[in-house]
Amino acid sequence: MNKPIYMDYNATTPVDPRVLEAMLPYFRGQFGNAASKSHAFGWTAEKAVDKGREQLATVIGCDPSEILWTSGATEGNNIAIIGAARMYGEKNKHIITCKTEHKAVVDPCKYLETQGFEVTWLDPDMTGRVSADQVREALRDDTMLVSIMYANNEIGTVHPIEEIGAACKERSVLFHTDATQAFGKLPIDVDAMNISVLTMSAHKVYGPKGVGGLFVRKRNPRVRLQPVVYGGGQERGMRSGTLNVPGIVGCGMAAELAFSEMKQEGERLTGMRDRLWAGLNDRLPEITLNGHPTHRLPNTLNVSFKYIEGESLMMGISDIAVSSGSACTSASLEPSYVLRAMGVGDDIAHSSIRISLGRFNTDEEITFAIDALVEAVNKLRELSPLYEMAQEGIDISKVQWKA
Amino acid sequence: MPYSDKVVDHYRNPRNVGALDKNAKNVGTGVVGAPECGDVMKLQIQVDENDRIVDAKFKTFGCGSAIASSSLATEWVKGKTIDEALTIKNTDIVEELALPPVKIHCSVLAEDAIRAAIADIQKKKNGAAGG
Repeated sequence: MNKPIYMDYNATTPVDPRVLEAMLPYFRGQFGNAASKSHAFGWTAEKAVDKGREQLATVIGCDPSEILWTSGATEGNNIAIIGAARMYGEKNKHIITCKTEHKAVVDPCKYLETQGFEVTWLDPDMTGRVSADQVREALRDDTMLVSIMYANNEIGTVHPIEEIGAACKERSVLFHTDATQAFGKLPIDVDAMNISVLTMSAHKVYGPKGVGGLFVRKRNPRVRLQPVVYGGGQERGMRSGTLNVPGIVGCGMAAELAFSEMKQEGERLTGMRDRLWAGLNDRLPEITLNGHPTHRLPNTLNVSFKYIEGESLMMGISDIAVSSGSACTSASLEPSYVLRAMGVGDDIAHSSIRISLGRFNTDEEITFAIDALVEAVNKLRELSPLYEMAQEGIDISKVQWKA
Repeated sequence: MPYSDKVVDHYRNPRNVGALDKNAKNVGTGVVGAPECGDVMKLQIQVDENDRIVDAKFKTFGCGSAIASSSLATEWVKGKTIDEALTIKNTDIVEELALPPVKIHCSVLAEDAIRAAIADIQKKKNGAAGG
């Protein structure tokens, strides 16, 4: 067993060797610009890009021409939300989203609030889920866009995307879903789910960083997005910039592999994740699972260990790479806004870590992680004044703290 | 952000972990911070008749830097008089542990904990003198 052990696959994943193999020729001999129409270098590159488009289209059930290439999910979400606002926001200035969305959705929505748009921020339930009825109740005649992620990055909770899609269709409202975390882990059918725009990123599914795909519906009804970046008019004018050919080849290959192995891999990950949780829960009192018990990504386990602080716990298991809060905001001292939106108290939010498993984790590593976590938690509880107070029978929630 | 070797050392081998009898006349207890903020430190000192700190214990809920700051604080106050202990500044802790800017609040909390423990013992002494 090699150490350190990586258990932070929701942050990023290593490139699968099969993906890397497929990409390599496009860095060397086949380096052409896919927009060069006048010679073989360009034609070869274009062919590779089209193959990637087909691979990605196949797994989400759309036409290849409905895929745009982006630099990843942040750009994809920005094009989806700001691009839709610029296209359709003249009359309709209402957006519906959820408080637990990734910052790449939250911040474009906040920006639009400064530009005369009104955003309804749905509150998730205590498992992190919003319902189609919540969306239905929030829909208005001037709703321009609903943006709800397929699955949450921090807690893994899966939203009822098909039902939300149906609610949007009833009112003919555009439905965008950030599928960054769900892609490759859960089935996607953009028609059955009534998705208008869908974001994915390659590096979460064993593809390279810096590339992603954006599905933009072309029919029933056609969706048009104004560009966010202006230039050469690539990607149907919606996303200018020279295409990242090796990245696109890798993205297509990664998508194909993830979906072809999804069922088997999902069962394997669920098994390991549930064994990890059971192992911790059997040996440690007062721990809680954050997120939905069943509507959850197969690889994600977010746990709060009462009386100890998440960052110190990560330090105690330095041979295992996990994250506290979301990786993007771990540098800040604020507890996770996702847990807070679910109604988890700040003290418990400070005590949480996210373990996200992936393709290269083994059963042996799960056993090691259980032992390491149990040991670190017990050690830190011995060091914790809160644990001491609880042992003495003091109700910590009623203490007047002098912060 | 990687931790300094000294923070790691205090985290792995915290000095003076434990508790003193908070009701004893010669023990001062300081509890600072709040669980909602992610840091709670409890620092206790035991003094002799000459106001010299003969023992110190701590328990901390917080990140590695908070644990290290309070562990270091107990080390530093031991053997000092109360007046000497009051001269310990958070900046000394920052320097000793090479804390990055985002962790400076941990050192502030440790200084606050020393002051709170001293205030507690002084209150006990004044109370005894007055009564």
